[in-house]
Amino acid sequence: MLPYLRQRFFQSAISLLGLIVIVFFLARLTGDPTDLLLPVDTPASVREEFAQRHGFDQPVIVQFGYYLANLLRFDFGQSLHQNAPALDLVLHAMPTTLLLAFWAMTISLLIAVVAGAMAAWRPGGLFDRIASLISLAGASIPNFWIAIVGVLVFAVWLRVLPTSGTGTPWHWILPVTVLFVRPCGLLTQVVRSSMLAALSSAYVKTAKARGVKTRSIIFVHALRNAMLPVITVAADQAAGMINGAVIAETVFGFPGIGKLLIDSILFRDFAVIQAAVLVTAIAIFVLNVVVDILYSILDPRVRHN
Amino acid sequence: MPAATTVSRATKPTVPFLRDTLLALWRDKLAFISTMFLLIVLFAVAFGPSLLPDAALQMNLRARNAPPFSIDRGWLYVLGSDNLGRSLLARLIIGSRYTLLIAGAAVLLSMVCGTILGLIAGYRGGRIGTVIMRAADMLMSFPSLLLALIVLFVLSPQISNVVLVLALSRVAVYLRTCRAEVLEVRERQFVSAARALGASPLRIALVHILPNVLPTLVTLATLEFAAMMLAESSLSFLGLGVQAPAVTWGLMVAEGRGYLSSAWWLSFWPGLAISLTAISLNLLANWVRTVTDPSQSWRLEARRANS
Repeated sequence: MLPYLRQRFFQSAISLLGLIVIVFFLARLTGDPTDLLLPVDTPASVREEFAQRHGFDQPVIVQFGYYLANLLRFDFGQSLHQNAPALDLVLHAMPTTLLLAFWAMTISLLIAVVAGAMAAWRPGGLFDRIASLISLAGASIPNFWIAIVGVLVFAVWLRVLPTSGTGTPWHWILPVTVLFVRPCGLLTQVVRSSMLAALSSAYVKTAKARGVKTRSIIFVHALRNAMLPVITVAADQAAGMINGAVIAETVFGFPGIGKLLIDSILFRDFAVIQAAVLVTAIAIFVLNVVVDILYSILDPRVRHN
Repeated sequence: MPAATTVSRATKPTVPFLRDTLLALWRDKLAFISTMFLLIVLFAVAFGPSLLPDAALQMNLRARNAPPFSIDRGWLYVLGSDNLGRSLLARLIIGSRYTLLIAGAAVLLSMVCGTILGLIAGYRGGRIGTVIMRAADMLMSFPSLLLALIVLFVLSPQISNVVLVLALSRVAVYLRTCRAEVLEVRERQFVSAARALGASPLRIALVHILPNVLPTLVTLATLEFAAMMLAESSLSFLGLGVQAPAVTWGLMVAEGRGYLSSAWWLSFWPGLAISLTAISLNLLANWVRTVTDPSQSWRLEARRANS
């Protein structure tokens, strides 16, 4: 396990470095930051002074060197829009998004495991057909439309849920819903097909022949083995939740990392974009390592190889 | 009588196949309805702009935010009109073109690039193969929407750039699938035979390996189409996709967002159009998968799950 983790760590470090390079140079490609950040009629002296203060007058390679050196000291630069350290802004927004993603993932996994397992028990049965259709629809409906319809029905018509803010648990219902529907649909499909494979295996037949209770066959014998592909997909979906978070947080004015990213993209706030992208990438890396460890706990074959 | 039997026998390989397929489609009502719906959408894509040359852009300030389900102003206003009095039905029909063509172009581009790179990585391997695979890992380790947003923020959000960005964000899926298949096909006997006969690597890759890999990739592409359409709509919704004079469904949802409390139909209909098209595409893809090759279905299931 340890050599494997070490290898994984170095691979991710290379990927992260690549990401840093790409994002840095992409951001610089948009043009001279002094032109973007200062009004058009700024006098040349002020312009020069501004460029010097932020190091924009140096060659790009030198700027990149400074940037890397600062990164090693955990200095991601200043947000030019909000006048605060970029890293602070990102770390301040992170917990909201993590909590949002946590609830969305927990709910989707719970629903997906129960619904997928029940659908796989009688393939082609009524429950299976209904569950398959709903999960397919859930995986196909765009999440921004779910957000809009949610606002329309629960905030505009019924007036029971708020449309923006984070104050009470009520504020979380719509954003979590927007985030969980698509992963839940996909996961239900994966649980179903992986349960189908597990239920036709020899050990389930043995358990049936020995008269083990149905519920215990599904949830103890089959499910544990069926969970491996489910965990892989769930990890992918969890990493992809940042996509949904961008949408949900923009629509509901949620102060998370998705909204921070969109805002800093619209205001061309390089330092914040770079910090947010890096922190997201690191979070995804940590998630993948946790999944690998989980895998080895669940599957002895992985542990011994 | 004898003549009739010979005729039916002679046509057996083609007609019953077609008839059986259509019958099977009719039997599966969901797949049948999906097909009908997709045919209507395709009709709108092909002929909509020529049938309604300017109805989608014609402003009618008296009919501003006209509610749906009323044909007082003519059948074009049956779904209501937007904040400038433009018919929503006409805009939906015109918008179908960009929405579907952008998704189609992006799917095609990412499939072609992914297949070529996958063939190189799988057949040639070596250092180039490693570099390609590492780059794919890097692409896949990062959320696609975020990637697209950052690139579109640098490039201007023209239609060609949107296609490029969408293709880039999914190219790794084809690459990985193609490489995995090539690695398997490469070891088969007919490839060794071709090699022994002195075929060049290029010829082996294109003539002997590619045809065996292509069916899986095409099936993957049909599944990707709906995902691509959703991704394009998300970008347009966030204002970083196709820009205003052009019409796409995602853009229409975004434009209607400000009028939710007064005119819900502005963003409801285009969102419904996106959802129904995506659901139909997925239902049909599922049906094709089970009808054509049940033994292969697990592969796609696994692949789709990994994407």
